[in-house]
Amino acid sequence: MSEPTTDRPPGKTAALSLPSIRGVGEMRHLGLFGALALLVVVGLITRPDNFATASNLVSILSLAATIGVITVGATFVIIGGGIDLSVGAVMALASVWATTLATQSYGPVVMAICAILVGTGAGLVNGILIAYGRLVPFIATLAMLVAARGLAQRMSDRKTQLIQSDNAALVDLSTTRVAGIPLLVYVFALVVVLGWVLLNRTTFGRRTYAVGGNPEAARLAGIDVRRHTMLLYALSGLCCGIAAILIMARTTTGSSTHGDLYELDAIAAVIIGGTLLTGGRGTIMGSILGLLIFTLITNLFILNGLNTSDQLIAKGLIIVVAVLLQRRNLKERAP
Amino acid sequence: MLVMKGIVKQFPGVRALDGVDLDVRAGEVHCLLGQNGAGKSTLIKVLAGVHQPDEGTILFNGSEVRPGSPIDAIKLGFATIYQELDLVDGLTVAENIFLGHEHARLGFVNRGEGRRAAREVLERLGHPEIRPSAEVGRLSPAAKQVVSMARALSHDARLIIMDEPSAALAHDEVANLFRIIRELTAQGVAVVYISHRLEEIREIGDRVTVLKDGRTVAVGLSASETPTTQIVSLMTGRNVEYVFPPRGGREPGEEVLRVENLTSPGVFADVSFSVRAGEIVGLAGLVGSGRSEILEAVYGARPASGRVLLEGRQARRGVVGTVKRGMGLAPEERKAQALLLDQSVTANITLGTLPGFSKFGWIDRKRELDEAKRLSELLDIRPPDPERPIRTLSGGNQQKAVLARWLLGGTKLLLLDEPTRGVDVGARAELYAVIHDLAEQGIGVLLVSSEVPEVLGLADRVLVLREGTVIHEGEAEGLDEHRVLDMIMNGRAA
Repeated sequence: MSEPTTDRPPGKTAALSLPSIRGVGEMRHLGLFGALALLVVVGLITRPDNFATASNLVSILSLAATIGVITVGATFVIIGGGIDLSVGAVMALASVWATTLATQSYGPVVMAICAILVGTGAGLVNGILIAYGRLVPFIATLAMLVAARGLAQRMSDRKTQLIQSDNAALVDLSTTRVAGIPLLVYVFALVVVLGWVLLNRTTFGRRTYAVGGNPEAARLAGIDVRRHTMLLYALSGLCCGIAAILIMARTTTGSSTHGDLYELDAIAAVIIGGTLLTGGRGTIMGSILGLLIFTLITNLFILNGLNTSDQLIAKGLIIVVAVLLQRRNLKERAP
Repeated sequence: MLVMKGIVKQFPGVRALDGVDLDVRAGEVHCLLGQNGAGKSTLIKVLAGVHQPDEGTILFNGSEVRPGSPIDAIKLGFATIYQELDLVDGLTVAENIFLGHEHARLGFVNRGEGRRAAREVLERLGHPEIRPSAEVGRLSPAAKQVVSMARALSHDARLIIMDEPSAALAHDEVANLFRIIRELTAQGVAVVYISHRLEEIREIGDRVTVLKDGRTVAVGLSASETPTTQIVSLMTGRNVEYVFPPRGGREPGEEVLRVENLTSPGVFADVSFSVRAGEIVGLAGLVGSGRSEILEAVYGARPASGRVLLEGRQARRGVVGTVKRGMGLAPEERKAQALLLDQSVTANITLGTLPGFSKFGWIDRKRELDEAKRLSELLDIRPPDPERPIRTLSGGNQQKAVLARWLLGGTKLLLLDEPTRGVDVGARAELYAVIHDLAEQGIGVLLVSSEVPEVLGLADRVLVLREGTVIHEGEAEGLDEHRVLDMIMNGRAA
């Protein structure tokens, strides 16, 4: 049957569309920068005394660093067409495992490696279940969320595990400052840069877009879609492991209660940043801007002594507004 | 009872219906014949209220009607049973039959009443053994067909349109289908019956209307007495211009692909053939003849028993392995199966061969772009801007990009499934030339197309398929469209 062709003369859409999709993404970042600027202005007006101080900026960045690292991993998973609900719980498990007395006896380096291995391992389990066990990502990572938190509780006996003074080198990540900024913020920045490079300059990144955008086309082009999917979740787990190191440094503890509801903040940041939940489109930059917007709101509410409940309501509204705006963007450039 | 006059339906770029007349009487089985693309499906959709005609009139029982939506069509008494059954697998038989007009009061479904009514309809169809409470997903294809029919009857349909109803059925199930159709027509219901199987049309049909290129070319022929040759010649000789590059000048080399006894139960059986380097082999057959499925099985994208040898060695199962060994596929659904619509032409071209442009996973973007540029020029992809999003290209140029993808990787065997679908006439000629060039460079090509002239014009050798078996294999030169269609419709090599 001859189907109605949806092809149109190239010139018609060419006039409307920008040189490349990445270009459109960066255009959209303008909106995010605008929102960020607006929040800064609000901060300057409402708290002229202590918003623009160095200590406040550092605390914003330190707060953003932990979820920020997780958000980088979540961006990959979501561009690849999946979702990872287990990030907060996996981070908690990694922090607990790295701060058990047994692990602590080997020193800070082993603790850090332990956190990374636990995170990556949990992500790999997610990936295998989803890619080879054909579980729906939502279900597999939901199961991991519940189970990892349970395991963390069991390992820690529901107690908060302090980092011993011998291993204070780990805590130095948050206390040592270079140019006035704690080391953990540099770790965050490094993860963002590496994530950007991985997504934009490597075959892995290109394939992530392909697997999320059109898995069938990727498969028929000879890409091992399952293996790639598995690696995406392992990458997300790796980021959780790094995040665990950061939160241990910041709080000097490992605890099964760390990272509660981080998955929602991470996903929200990714969505606000313009990444499609259906996969195939998105940017690291957008996710980070989304996260900064979220963190800034928290900061403004705290500085102004406002209710945390109102803060949640504001965040909910921002998610809705951001997605509505993006949908308009999409419509404008849809053929 | 139903008279359609001068129906015209225009889609962007295509005049799908270009003046169709149809006249169906109460109590008859009216058969609609035509090749793929003749306009049958569009015509059905006009009757089902899915499409609204741009011109023409529809008279039903003497008064003009305009089914503006599927609901309108149902209210008029038109019921359509589509090729792909549109049942909800998770619901029960009774729920499916009355979907959209449940026996309900204040929004609460009266399940007992629904089941009783469903049982009544099923009995009327001669299938009391189908339980109204059974889940539809667990039924056999034949039973699903009955449920679809029951749904049509539950609406008190006066006109039932059946699109290839026998395609999913085994032989004895077809007999039962015919029995039901006869009972329906005895009650004065009219049936519009679409099938490619001529022997069925002879058995069940009363009159035949033939479509070609969106026009009616014959009305009200006798289904039992019109000679096959007359029907086939009415259907063939479509007014599409095919410009094929001249044959010859190519000398097929070594055997690239050998397929032995490839079988996938119920889809195709015992298919064997080979493709040599620089040779174009075409598979001709109707939708449902297994041609695309055979291609998928060769590519490793569909499980099948039998052997697939690439350059004499057994190909590893799975797409990743076959691609590594030098096979490439341009799939049937270009947008759904081949393209990353949001990405640039370059990203689409290099999708399958990225490791070739990268060191330790790092993409050499300059080299990637250079290669994409070179191929864009070679295949004359327009506009010649490899950084442009591929969705802004025309169908023909998108297809060229898909071909370019496989040119990059040193592909030895290229599988083409409907390479010119959705491509306009001018671009077709270009694609044909590109395909010939590829063969001249020593690539083996396996081609599937629903357009018989395309297969005959492009291929060196042709396999004719019918219902999953090869019924003829031979040089393309000795065949014409008429003979191939004759084989397909009659089910034997002429």
